[in-house]
Amino acid sequence: MSFFAKTLDRLKGALKKTADVLNTDVRTLFVPGRQIDEAFLNEIEEKFIRADMGVKNAEMIVGAIRDRWRLGRIRNAVEAREVVKEMMLRDWPVEEREIRFASSGPTVIMVAGVNGAGKTTSIAKLANLLKNRSGKSVLLAAGDTFRAAAVEQLTIWSQRLGIEIVKHKQGADPAAVAFDACEAAKARGIDVVIVDTAGRLHTQAHLMRELQKIRDVIAKRIEGAPHEVLLVLDATTGQNGVRQAKSFTDAVQVTGLMLAKLDGTAKGGVVMTIKDELSIPVKFIGIGETPDDIESFDPKRFVDALFQDDSPK
Amino acid sequence: MFDVLTDKFTSVFRSLSGKGKISEENIRDAMREVRTALLEADVNLKVVNDFCEHVIQKAIGQEVIKSLQPAQLMVKIVNDELVNLMGPVDTTIYTVSPGPTVIMMCGLQGSGKTTTCGKLALFLRKKGHQPMLAAVDLQRPAAVEQLRTLGQQTQTPVYADDSRVASHGQVAPGAAVAVARAAVQEAKRQGRDILILDTAGRLAIDHELMQELKDVHDAVQPHQIFLVLDAMTGQDAVNSAKAFNEKLELDGLVLTKFDSDTRGGALLSAKMVTGKPVKFLGVGEKLENLEEFRPEGVASRILGMGDIVGLVEEAHKQFDMEQQAKLAEKMEKGEFTLDDFIGQMTQIRKLGPMGKILGMIPGMSELAKNVNMNGEGVESHMGRMQAIYNSMTRVERKKPDLIDAPRRRRIARGAGVDPNDVSQFLKQFEMSRNMMRAVGGMNMLSRMKLMRGLMSGNLGAIAQPGANLLKTKRSGWQEKKDRNRKGKKR
Ligand SMILES: Nc1nc2c(ncn2[C@@H]2O[C@H](COP(=O)(O)OP(=O)(O)OP(=O)(O)O)[C@@H](O)[C@H]2O)c(=O)[nH]1
Ligand SMILES: [Mg+2]
Repeated sequence: MSFFAKTLDRLKGALKKTADVLNTDVRTLFVPGRQIDEAFLNEIEEKFIRADMGVKNAEMIVGAIRDRWRLGRIRNAVEAREVVKEMMLRDWPVEEREIRFASSGPTVIMVAGVNGAGKTTSIAKLANLLKNRSGKSVLLAAGDTFRAAAVEQLTIWSQRLGIEIVKHKQGADPAAVAFDACEAAKARGIDVVIVDTAGRLHTQAHLMRELQKIRDVIAKRIEGAPHEVLLVLDATTGQNGVRQAKSFTDAVQVTGLMLAKLDGTAKGGVVMTIKDELSIPVKFIGIGETPDDIESFDPKRFVDALFQDDSPK
Repeated sequence: MFDVLTDKFTSVFRSLSGKGKISEENIRDAMREVRTALLEADVNLKVVNDFCEHVIQKAIGQEVIKSLQPAQLMVKIVNDELVNLMGPVDTTIYTVSPGPTVIMMCGLQGSGKTTTCGKLALFLRKKGHQPMLAAVDLQRPAAVEQLRTLGQQTQTPVYADDSRVASHGQVAPGAAVAVARAAVQEAKRQGRDILILDTAGRLAIDHELMQELKDVHDAVQPHQIFLVLDAMTGQDAVNSAKAFNEKLELDGLVLTKFDSDTRGGALLSAKMVTGKPVKFLGVGEKLENLEEFRPEGVASRILGMGDIVGLVEEAHKQFDMEQQAKLAEKMEKGEFTLDDFIGQMTQIRKLGPMGKILGMIPGMSELAKNVNMNGEGVESHMGRMQAIYNSMTRVERKKPDLIDAPRRRRIARGAGVDPNDVSQFLKQFEMSRNMMRAVGGMNMLSRMKLMRGLMSGNLGAIAQPGANLLKTKRSGWQEKKDRNRKGKKR
């Protein structure tokens, strides 16, 4: 589906930003002709760790390369790279990375995550994508009734994008907002409802219950809803991302990740562990602060990016 | 997860025990686990490597202090170094006169700057200052509104200029500088002594926005610049901390979202790469949830070890090591007397309330939570035992077998307890003596746990989670128990 395709220019621009400042030295690791040795293996392990892949994952993959190398099955860096790709790319079927739409009636997408992860901005991006690229009618639900000015923030986006919004006052019951949004969508024949929620740490049991309540209300109003529960993960997040994914999944059955802020130097490697441990696919990535800065997730490119060397010199 | 890690440490450290001196190889082995622990806690790779090398150098050839196990000494060195590195602690907010003292907050998007500004305003107000907030984030939609709300909640005036807010995502060049300048003037006019600038979140590699920050800096010359960093940040923490520090020369760090279950390695990374003190931790969404930084708890959190270090340290301070060594010897020979029993108990009591001790033992903290009451029970139980002991004659203490029914009644009266308690006490001692033989070779921590079980009369507690230190001794343990049974028949 070319439906999420992003103009190459924009992407290049985003990458260039990184390259400029950090004197990006792409793929020095995998220069053709380089032979595998312990130093090389150490370097790979370092790359993985620096990308927040987690030390266990890193050791596992490096272990696999070492084994094959010792058995004489691979010799040089390019072959090693293939092993890495093979290991990292299994289990990322395309179907799972796309939005699941309702067969009829409104599709409901619920968006959750820890404080400041990028939920509201990601919603603006997603709404923009659905409206302008796939021609869907979209309704936003201002379900963050907690944080100061959160309703205003989403309202501004709705105005900029020319998208309808359902909102209550700050301090109102978020489940009631979701309820109203579902009803409005049915009445107005809207294609997609996107529900914003307040940022919350996954360790706060009462707030996780509140999230469940929102989900339950949505499920009651519209059959099969929510069709997607997207967890927004900040790409700078370290190993705690796994715990976030686990707790949110336990509470509201996350169906996919949206990895925000990949336009920085952080690589977001923790999603590999999340995929391995919880089978939650990444669906979208965020690469900037404007509504256009969204892309569907491409594991191949992601893996390539993991190997780019951009630690400040 | 903590428990898994703790077990690993324990096993590595167990394999170290029994040697008089730590060899370099031992240390390197143990440090591999520390390295993994630190990496799992998101401490930056380079920081980890430097740290480990540093500890190894420090640890090589250090004498093991008497009966303290090498493993525990290693833990102590690691912890001390961590605490050292996170210090020196300086949570002072420096002010200038005449005011206003300008504090600029900066950081990545979503790190928690705006909320932290509100928290800081409240914190300063409580210290008797008259802060003012300024909305220099013109970028994120509704950021100005958010700051205004926080101003209301903390009763702090807010300077904002809505006409400068980016209408379609593009902030006009110079707008941030203009707002910051005007805010300083306004703070002066109103006689506020501190001005807190909330700036827009930005990526450290975004040239333009970093330059904007620099321009604001040059225009108003803030007296203090704080970087606000999400405590859940991974390896990237160093990149941003470094970049902000190079551009602006930071004065301090604020780590937010510390109330999550992150191990918080980002704190160490940022501190190491900037050399700037951590000033505050954000520990909740409420505006009061700002804490002045103290490194001790954070060190064990990063290591994921519960407060084992606190326990070892405390034990180290309180326990008479000579006496412990003698006791260990006696135990092995089976010469454990009632005096020793009480002596040991007294030492444990010196460590503080049982609930607290339990909480410090890895894997036992869960237990400690619901044991709280139980813990107090243990306390009073130990108090009773002490009283019984006190009311015994010296001869009775040497030869508890002498204690018959009349003596028992006398002792009970003296101690203000029931005669049954006296029998109970003696039974417990008897049991301990038999078991002590088995545990003579254990390390201090295991022994303490065992003692706790014995003294509470609750042997089940020994088999509770976290008591895995006992595992290796299981067979010996069982054997002694059988012997004990036989003894009773006789
Ligand atoms: N550079 C960059 N910034 C982003 C991206 N996504 C979001 N942001 C910024 O991150 C900050 C926080 O984003 P929000 O969308 O408000 O995050 P949130 O999760 O809704 O925050 P709360 O509702 O406060 O919990 C804003 O300044 C956004 O502009 C991204 O992909 N790249
Ligand atoms: Mg939001």
